Amino acid sequence: MSKKNYKLEAKSLNAYYGNFHALKDINIAMEEKAVTAFIGPSGCGKSTFLRTLNRMNDYIDGFRVEGEILLDNRDIYGKDVRVDELRKEVGMVFQKPNPFPKTIFENVVYGLRIQGIKDKRVLAETAETSLRQTALWDEVKDKLDKSALALSGGQQQRLCIARALAISPSVILMDEPTSALDPISTAKIEELIYELKKDYTIVIVTHNMQQAGRVSDQTAFFYMGELVEFSKTKIMFTSPKHERTQNYITGRFG
Amino acid sequence: MRVQEKIIEGLLWLSAVITILVTVGIIWVLLSESLTFFEEVSIVDFLTDTQWTPLFADKHFGILPLVAGTMLTTAIAIAVALPIGLTIAIYLNTYAPPAFRATIKPMLEILATIPTVVYGFFALTVVTPFLQSFIPNLAGFNSLSAGMVMGIMIIPMISSLSEDAISAVPKSLREGAYGMGATKFQTAFGVLVPAASSGILVSIILAISRAVGETMLVAIAAGQQPRLTANPLVPIETITTYIVQVSLGDVPHGSLEYRTIFAAGLTLFVFTFTLNNISFWIRKKYQEKYD
Repeated sequence: MSKKNYKLEAKSLNAYYGNFHALKDINIAMEEKAVTAFIGPSGCGKSTFLRTLNRMNDYIDGFRVEGEILLDNRDIYGKDVRVDELRKEVGMVFQKPNPFPKTIFENVVYGLRIQGIKDKRVLAETAETSLRQTALWDEVKDKLDKSALALSGGQQQRLCIARALAISPSVILMDEPTSALDPISTAKIEELIYELKKDYTIVIVTHNMQQAGRVSDQTAFFYMGELVEFSKTKIMFTSPKHERTQNYITGRFG
Repeated sequence: MRVQEKIIEGLLWLSAVITILVTVGIIWVLLSESLTFFEEVSIVDFLTDTQWTPLFADKHFGILPLVAGTMLTTAIAIAVALPIGLTIAIYLNTYAPPAFRATIKPMLEILATIPTVVYGFFALTVVTPFLQSFIPNLAGFNSLSAGMVMGIMIIPMISSLSEDAISAVPKSLREGAYGMGATKFQTAFGVLVPAASSGILVSIILAISRAVGETMLVAIAAGQQPRLTANPLVPIETITTYIVQVSLGDVPHGSLEYRTIFAAGLTLFVFTFTLNNISFWIRKKYQEKYD
C-alpha cells in the first residue's frame, strides 16, 4: 500500500544451504537513512539475511536464494548485476575487526586503490575524511604509515568502518560489530552509528537487546528462519505483538 | 606394572636418542673428515679458487664451480616452479570448485612421488632433445633442461605449502576484501598473498633446499663438468653430482681425493641447514600474527 520509496526491500525471499531452508519467505522493507536492527537467537537466519544484502553468501558452496532483494528498486540478484559494483554501494563491517595486514593509510584507501584511483591528493583527502567520520583521525593521524594490526580492537573496528565509508556506499551492513569489543569501544561505535545514519542506511545484526534498543529505528526479530516481527524499535520493545518476541527481548530464551 | 611402564618409557627414550645420535654422528663424520681435508688444502683456496679438478693431475680445490652449478640448476628450477606453483595455489584456493580442488590436490602430490631418477631420464631423453630442436647449441648435458624438470618436480611443494598458507589466512580478511568490492583477482593478489607471504616464503625456501640437495636428476641430466658459469646451455656439475661421481668411482679410500667429498658434503650441509633454519625462523616469527 505504501508509496514510500524504500532503500532496501526483500520480497518473498527464501534461502537455502543445500537442503537446509535457512530463510523462509522473508518480506521486509527498510527505510533510507535509518538504522534497522536484526535480532534473534543464534542460527535464526539474521546473519544469513544480512549477508544476502550484499551477496556475501555467494561464496558458500550450495547456497542459493529465491525471491528478490531490491536495492533502490533494482534486484541485486539480477543477471546484469556485478557483485563487486554492488559491494561498493553496500559496504560491510564484520563481527571481528578485520583490518588488512597493511598500514593504517593503506587500509582506509584500499577500496579506492582497487578502483584504480592513484591521485595522491584524492587518497589523502578521502583517508582524512573517513578517519574523521569515525573519530579516529586524532588518534592515528601521526601514525598513518604504521601497521593497522598495532591498533586496539576498538580502533581497528573504527578503522574498518572508515575503510567501508571511504568508497562512499549508501548502505552499511554491520554483522555484530561490537561483539568482540569492550564496553567503552562499544559505546564509541554506537555513537558513531548514530552519527552515520544522517548519511547512510544502516543494517545491524546484534545479540545485544540494549544495543538494538539504543541504536535502531526499526527492529526485525527472526526466529528459525522466519521474520516473526518487524516494527519501530520503540513499539517492539514496549509492546511486541508476538509472544515469542516478548520472550526473546525480555531474555526468557535465546 | 610399574616395571613395564619403565621399560616402555625407556624404549621410547632410546628411539628418540638414537635419532639424535645418528644426526650427531653424521655431522661428526662430515666435520672430522673435512678437517683432515682442510689440513692439506687451505680453506681460502677452497672458497676462492675458480677451478675444481681434484681428480686430475693439476689439482685445484675451488668449490665455487660446484656451488655455481648447484645455484644455476636451483635458480632455473625455482624460476619454473615459483610462478606455476603459486598460480596453482591461488587457483585452487580462490577459483577452483571445491570438488575439483579435492581431486587435483592429491594428483599434484603424485608428482612428488615420481622417483627422481625418472625425472632425470625424462630431462635427458625428452626435454633436452625437445629444447635442442629450437636451441641448436644446447649441449646433451645441460643445466637448463635439468633445472626445468627439477622445477616441475618441486611444483607440488610450492603449490601445496603455499595453498596451505593462503588457506590459513583468516576468512575475515578475504571477506573484508570482497566486502569492499574487490574482485577475486584483487583479493588474491592484494590481500591473500601478502597476508600469506611468510608461509609462501617458507615454501620457496624449502623448495630451494630440496633443489640444492637434489642428486639423481642433475647427475643424469646436467653433466659432470665442474665449471664456473651462468650459461645454462653447457654441461655443469653440482655438489651432489660430484659426490656421486667420487663415491661410485675408483678413488682410493682415505686419499685426499676421497676426502673432497666430505668437504663438498659439508658445504652442501651448510647450505641446506641454513635454508631450513631460515624457514623455521620465519615460520616461528610470523606464526602468531593472527590469532
